[in-house]
Amino acid sequence: MLNNLKILFHQGKQFIPDVTTARVPGIFRGRPVISTEPVNEEELAELCPTGAIEVSPVSIDLGKCTFCGECARVFPMKVRFTRDYKLSTNIRERLIIREGEDHPVEVDSATVRKEIRQVLGKSLKLRQVSAAGDNSAEWEMNAANNVQFDMSRFGIEFVASPRHADGVVITGPISENMAEPLQICYDAIPEPKIVVVAGTDAISGGIFDGSPALKREFLSLYPADLYIPGNPPHPLTIINGLLDLTRKKG
Amino acid sequence: MPYYPDAMEYITIKNNGSVPIVSIPELNYDTFYQLNTGLVVDHPERHCVNYFGFRSGKGIRLICCIADDNTQDIHISSCVVSPDRPLEAFTSQVLSFERFEREIHENFGIPFRNHPWLKPVRFPFNRADRSKTIANYPFFTMESDELHEVGVGPIHAGVIEPGHFRFICNGEQILHLEIQLGFQHRGVEDMFLKKEKLLQRVVLAENIAGDTVAGHTTAFSQVWETLSGMEVSEDIHYCRTLALELERMAIHTGDLSALCTDVAYQLGSAVFGRLRTPLINFVQEWGGNRLGKGLIRPGRNPFPFTDELATRLKEVLKNYEPDFEEMSHMLFRLPSALSRFERTGVVSYEDVLSIGAVGMAARMSGLNRDIRSSHPSLLYGRFDHQPVIKHHGDVYSRAQIRRNEIRQSMHYLRKLIKKVPAAIPAAPLPSSLLPGMLALSLVEGWRGEICHCGITDSRGELMHYKVKDPSFHNWMALALSVRNNEISDFPICNKSFNLSYCGHDL
Repeated sequence: MLNNLKILFHQGKQFIPDVTTARVPGIFRGRPVISTEPVNEEELAELCPTGAIEVSPVSIDLGKCTFCGECARVFPMKVRFTRDYKLSTNIRERLIIREGEDHPVEVDSATVRKEIRQVLGKSLKLRQVSAAGDNSAEWEMNAANNVQFDMSRFGIEFVASPRHADGVVITGPISENMAEPLQICYDAIPEPKIVVVAGTDAISGGIFDGSPALKREFLSLYPADLYIPGNPPHPLTIINGLLDLTRKKG
Repeated sequence: MPYYPDAMEYITIKNNGSVPIVSIPELNYDTFYQLNTGLVVDHPERHCVNYFGFRSGKGIRLICCIADDNTQDIHISSCVVSPDRPLEAFTSQVLSFERFEREIHENFGIPFRNHPWLKPVRFPFNRADRSKTIANYPFFTMESDELHEVGVGPIHAGVIEPGHFRFICNGEQILHLEIQLGFQHRGVEDMFLKKEKLLQRVVLAENIAGDTVAGHTTAFSQVWETLSGMEVSEDIHYCRTLALELERMAIHTGDLSALCTDVAYQLGSAVFGRLRTPLINFVQEWGGNRLGKGLIRPGRNPFPFTDELATRLKEVLKNYEPDFEEMSHMLFRLPSALSRFERTGVVSYEDVLSIGAVGMAARMSGLNRDIRSSHPSLLYGRFDHQPVIKHHGDVYSRAQIRRNEIRQSMHYLRKLIKKVPAAIPAAPLPSSLLPGMLALSLVEGWRGEICHCGITDSRGELMHYKVKDPSFHNWMALALSVRNNEISDFPICNKSFNLSYCGHDL
């Protein structure tokens, strides 16, 4: 018993007191900022492995970006990845970062379905479905519930049964072989329910976009309520996204 | 009668070596069969690291790569066959070819004779028989009023990847487990050919298995460097070795946490869980991503390791070690945890050998398979690496391997950071690959042996790319481990292997 207490004492304080203002250590490739510096735009767009960069004006689509950082490495004066991990939004268009813009990516409260905040604002149970995810986004979701990030303090938890869930969190580019299980899972969740797509692979297919092994019709049938970008999304990106969707004021 | 292979029947390379595709002996199938089964039967030091086919003219060219751990050689032989002609299965002699032959059958339709059951492996989009679908997988069944079946998945209770487990139970006892995979199939190998830019391909390699980023990206980079005839500088080898050992430490720590979770030991679960964080946060401080995505690139070193990072890592390890040791000391002496670990999920030496298990799943039962010592590359030659070997093949052995390998990795990391090599400015990357070559790379990821194999055509374009994750071999070890255990011990058995679904399904 005493030894247990000793171990507990040695851990010190592990939890992050405020997950909305915590800083991530070292370098981190979060929200990019694109300057208005003139560059060879075609060359810049050609670099991107997933076609996330558009030209005139230059923009980066965080739904396609794998956060590999190559654009910032080759064009450091043009693209810079900041440590801003708040990247989630309910509007797909807002994931597109344009040159000269430097403002946070946010959930648009006006367009969030009313029942989400009324019914799910204080308690949100989610069923995660890995639909050909590479186990990185899944990993970070588990991390979001460890003693440091401790997402369950907000009443947000992952549950085993879709019957107990208020929504589905999809990771991975959705393989043909997972399309049916995903649909069955979604159908088993009672209304009202939300759809969250987490990670670049889930949002756009990412590097797997165009693979004949995918079947992504689910996402055209059920529009996403929240996009959480990242490869994989950082636990703070996940937590802040879910908090903003369900309870952000204004 | 024992078969004595003729040296003319195969060509030998070393790890990260290459060979012109025309110089790989093309045998008739009988000789090909005799050679490869003969190399492996009664030779525990040899095993098949890759066996695959690709279309060549009107036929299928089969390539078989057998690694010899004593001589550090990899013997490669080939054979061109027609997709309709029945062939005698290697599996009839050597069980470890079982999944390779199922895969070849699934991809090309080759009907193997005397294979126990040519079940689908992953239902790839380009399978030979599209009428077979994942929803009608042919499970093994037993007709009996005494027995019942339990189906779990593809979607599991936790936040993990999908796969279906079908148990046949007698009361609480598991008689048989069959693991159905393929749900994660993304067409990875095909995408390596379709995505032509190097950056696209390396991003693809990073996404093969997000928990083994350093392992798979290193394997891909080494194949690409070999195929382009490029020598890389020491600082690149240095960074890759660091990344691999950090990955091993971080995942093993997380796995110890998961093992505690599954025996309801909350303290161990929380402490090991939180101890993983500083390790992966350090990887982010170094390369901007907690899982090491973006850190490793073919032919160059985007994030050279610096003296400042070395100081930081030293500090991270200094803080990690006492807390890790204190918690391990407690866990490995706690009767309530040990009673769940010991003699649970046992796989014998004979079984791991016959199924061709690699990595931890081999070392847990006394089979010495560790690429770091048997086919060393990067800086592993410096360490005189002695693999951690256990003999009981149970959950406890797998937990001990993790604890001891964490200590070993920590030791290697400390050795490495004593002297940080200067970053050498990157040489310009070759714009094309050597034509008509086959290159093969073996890397000991934290799960075990990763094998990547690339083949170029006469114009120097990639024409075939083959990925093999250690899970390809080791899922069978999990299925065997749960036999005669209580079904309630399945989660702990599963966690103790922690195999990759996406690495298997590709």
